[in-house]
Amino acid sequence: MTMTASQKLTQIRAELRTEEAEIVQDKMIINMGPSHPATHGTVKFVLTLDGETVDDVDITIGYLHRGFEKMAEAGTWQQVLPYTDRLNYVSPLINNVGYVGAVEKLWGVEITPRAKYIRMLISELSRMTDHLTSIAAGALELGGFTPFLYGVEAREALFPLVEELTGARLTTSYTRIGGLAKDLPDGYEAHMETALAHVDQLMVKVDKLLTKNRIFYDRMMHTGVLSQEDAISSGCTGVMLRCTGVDWDLRKHQPYLAYNELDFDVIVGSRGDNYDRYLCRLEELGQSIKMIRQIFKQMPGGPINVGDWRVCLPPKDAVYNSIEGMIAHFKLVTEGHQVPPGETYFAVEGGNGEVGFHIVSQGNGRPYRVKVRPPCFYAMGILKKLIVGHMLADIVPTFDTLNMIGGEVDR
Amino acid sequence: MSQPLIDLLRKAKPQAIQGSHVTAGDQVVVVVREHLLDLATFLRDDPRARFDVLIDVTAVDYSEFDPALRHAVTPQDKGDPANLPRFEVVYHLLSMPLRHRIRLKVVLTEEDLHVPSLTSLWISANWGEREAWDMFGVKFDGHPDLRRVLMYEEFVGHPLRKDFPQRGYQPLVPMPNLADYADNETYR
Repeated sequence: MTMTASQKLTQIRAELRTEEAEIVQDKMIINMGPSHPATHGTVKFVLTLDGETVDDVDITIGYLHRGFEKMAEAGTWQQVLPYTDRLNYVSPLINNVGYVGAVEKLWGVEITPRAKYIRMLISELSRMTDHLTSIAAGALELGGFTPFLYGVEAREALFPLVEELTGARLTTSYTRIGGLAKDLPDGYEAHMETALAHVDQLMVKVDKLLTKNRIFYDRMMHTGVLSQEDAISSGCTGVMLRCTGVDWDLRKHQPYLAYNELDFDVIVGSRGDNYDRYLCRLEELGQSIKMIRQIFKQMPGGPINVGDWRVCLPPKDAVYNSIEGMIAHFKLVTEGHQVPPGETYFAVEGGNGEVGFHIVSQGNGRPYRVKVRPPCFYAMGILKKLIVGHMLADIVPTFDTLNMIGGEVDR
Repeated sequence: MSQPLIDLLRKAKPQAIQGSHVTAGDQVVVVVREHLLDLATFLRDDPRARFDVLIDVTAVDYSEFDPALRHAVTPQDKGDPANLPRFEVVYHLLSMPLRHRIRLKVVLTEEDLHVPSLTSLWISANWGEREAWDMFGVKFDGHPDLRRVLMYEEFVGHPLRKDFPQRGYQPLVPMPNLADYADNETYR
């Protein structure tokens, strides 16, 4: 008996259905990382996938672990400083400020007003490079190459300023216990103004290319949603916390240095998703620019180092021409800073949140223990919750806006 | 120096405290291990404390610390701090609504390196305690997933202990025994 065309079609369809039912719907386990082109940062996700949905994930960090805390115990207090450059390597100056701040807090050293202002200046400069990196790399990983180049161009406008001030783009080691390595160079404000105007211009371009971009919007909006409760309980700080609507910024609410003398706004989101984190960073860039202009306007004069030679190295003139200066220099360099026995915790608002230093001293010129509280570490602890139950492709924007910095998480 | 939180705890949980002081402006409380969970719950829920964030968990190995100076870091109500055992677990708490901080410390001996986990109170305790286990070998009872976090599973030792050497090498994973592969059909 011959079948009509429609009968044949029905039969084929029925066969197909049976075949489909026989496909075993196993969960697939795949490895994402440690080095993956769509993530900036060295981290491994072991994903259990149900189709395209993430069923479970195990996040492995530690690929960049260099034993910062162990190394810190080997040298003098000042010798720890170069290691702090390598923590969050896109905003090393903030780590410098945080570390010496902790030592000064334990010692009870009050730095000069000018040093405070310069430290705020470099903190904001670093915050901008940090946020620019996050926005630019985030755009790149979602396929936007042009905004990436604009972002990096803006960052390149700022790095020469860091270099002019410290002598290095990345390994800055600019702060000293009790002050700074050197004062601002001549004409620094004018150079800064040129760079800020350039960054301002570029940020308008990035904003135009990304904020209302259909693809960017769809991938960022309502993905990687973090609830306010989780954000607080998991110890998220910085943009990760503020994107959920919590009004908390150390610069505003537990002001250190002279942040209480500046006029700025804390940027908060409302949805706690990737799009909010992107917008928060973009707005904070504007706030940083505003703050830098204020800092230059209010910059006090005077010395950058405290006059006490037990805290700061004496000026070279005194070292070469007086016995007291010579002895002070020699003792500081060979024996280290005589920080009194005790312990303390000091935190600053870093690019990604609260960068804290817990230090223990036994008064012999060397740190007994230095513990860093990296903001990304705790954000990585909650990342699993943002990923599980959502699409595989959402990992990329979520991990981008979390802005994990390997050097800081792994130490 | 003002110490409102210490006064509050002394009044509410006197049996849980074995020492307290204010150092460099930080309020520090040394907690009896058995009462840690109770005290932490109180600190989180009491309207006068409201510590909604566990900002950091860490440990310190005091084995090379000068015993005569121990009082500067670990205050004791009774007894001489110089005789205190080797390890301490340190918790930093932050209250965002009330804008204050406190540091809790639990003193532990090397033989009995256990402390109750705070994972039931704060999510951040999860990774923080994993790191303290990884670096110091402190066991957190009741932790759901106490694995190494910065080092790899095969790593031997706890690197931030003072008796762990500053320099040295350890193979990333144990060297495979080649004989096992030679006998195995799959690898031939």
